[in-house]
Amino acid sequence: MIRIEGLTKRFGETTVLNNINLEIEDGERVVIIGPSGTGKSTLLRCVNFLDRPDAGRITVGAVTVDAAHSRKREILALRRATAMVFQNYGLFANKTALENIMEALVTVQKRPRQEAEQRARDILSETGLSDKADNYPASLSGGQQQRVGIGRAMAIGSELMLFDEPTSALDPEWVGEVLDLMRSVAQKRQTMLIVTHEMRFARDIADRVLFMDGGRIVEQGPPEQVFDAPQDARLKRFLSRVAG
Amino acid sequence: MRGLDLEYMLGLVPVIAGYIPLTLAIAALAMLLALVLAVALAVERVARVPVLDALVLLFISFFRGTPLLVQLFLFYYGLPQVLSFLTAIDGVTATIMGLTLHFAAYMAETIRAAITGVDRSQWEAAQSIGMTQVQMMSRVILPQAARTAAPTLVNYFIDMIKATSLAFTLGVTEMMGATQKEAAGSFLYFEAFLVAAVLYWIMVEALSQLQKRLETRLNKAYAR
Ligand SMILES: Nc1ncnc2c1ncn2[C@@H]1O[C@H](COP(=O)(O)OP(=O)(O)OP(=O)(O)O)[C@@H](O)[C@H]1O
Ligand SMILES: [Mg+2]
Repeated sequence: MIRIEGLTKRFGETTVLNNINLEIEDGERVVIIGPSGTGKSTLLRCVNFLDRPDAGRITVGAVTVDAAHSRKREILALRRATAMVFQNYGLFANKTALENIMEALVTVQKRPRQEAEQRARDILSETGLSDKADNYPASLSGGQQQRVGIGRAMAIGSELMLFDEPTSALDPEWVGEVLDLMRSVAQKRQTMLIVTHEMRFARDIADRVLFMDGGRIVEQGPPEQVFDAPQDARLKRFLSRVAG
Repeated sequence: MRGLDLEYMLGLVPVIAGYIPLTLAIAALAMLLALVLAVALAVERVARVPVLDALVLLFISFFRGTPLLVQLFLFYYGLPQVLSFLTAIDGVTATIMGLTLHFAAYMAETIRAAITGVDRSQWEAAQSIGMTQVQMMSRVILPQAARTAAPTLVNYFIDMIKATSLAFTLGVTEMMGATQKEAAGSFLYFEAFLVAAVLYWIMVEALSQLQKRLETRLNKAYAR
């Protein structure tokens, strides 16, 4: 169970997230859509405290962190209960594909090396990259790098996987393979919170779609409802723009 | 005008070259200690621990802002007067201390710049998987910073080898001290110091070759 309560984030004078409340069931796949600059990335980054919220409470499974009195230990625990897939992949440049996936298992989870390597190899084969195990990120295509990025998040076995526009930086030719991998993750009933501009994908994969505008969740519901029967004028405008 | 006494010079080569191991040992030990200290200073400069940061800035400013020779004299002649438990400090120790602190101050800036040059995505990825600060530094940031800093750090090592010659002013018989003694006996100053100069030069050239190879290797790293 994921619970976000009263989440508020300001950058200087501007309030980027305005009292966000959100609950996500275990295994639920939630997609966030919305115009540029409305706080979608910031929301994801506040969930794992990459951006420190100004107010609010985040609960992921057994871990609760309150922005008002967050401790270092709690923040680490929260981050360990989540896994993030970045728009620009964020693979460790000094580690091979295999090492990227192993890193959290060995360093953070303190699992035995052999066990970690076995798990990493299993995941590489799931992502279709077994032959790239010893490649450094710089020698992989964007699509391959992002698949390693997703593999790294999968390996952690976290309560919640966060995706921030995982295909936006990709050449169109690589988008399909990354979305396919995300679909296969979703099939395992992994709880996912996904920001994307891929509307068809959102419709396919989402149990629930959130529309954000101006730092608030303006409308939400099952994909058929949000996409086919939008209520709010801003959502209607947004949808007509992305469709056109 | 007189000709060079080549025979004397040839005879002198093994004598002075015999001190190369000492010179290299002093430089290597000082380099190792300076690296450890410089990494600590650099990490502090990036983290900016209150109070400590001011002390680190003062340290760096002092050791970059005063001549190495003055620092060496300060340690060798000065310190035992104020710290009585250091009744005497031998010249080699004082040299290693001086070189360590002096070069650490310079290298800290190089390493700090390399750390801040590591892409923000690397820090965030490390944080996102729940690494502690120490894990993030040791597993992700410093290894990448080391790659950027390495060529410059080798330059400092070369400077350090040349700077070991100052140990002679603290009464240490190293390459320079040995040359001075030989020259004082033979009065062939030009020949003696020419031999010393060429030996330093050869050492530095050898290191420059290593440095070039290191750079090619570093440029290839991570590209596989
Ligand atoms: N570190 C920061 N400092 C100052 N302002 C920021 C910072 N990060 C984000 N912002 C501002 O906060 C607002 C929300 O940004 P955010 O990246 O969350 O939007 P987004 O919905 O993800 O947009 P996009 O679809 O373009 O990715 C923007 O106006 C942005 O300029
Ligand atoms: Mg964004």
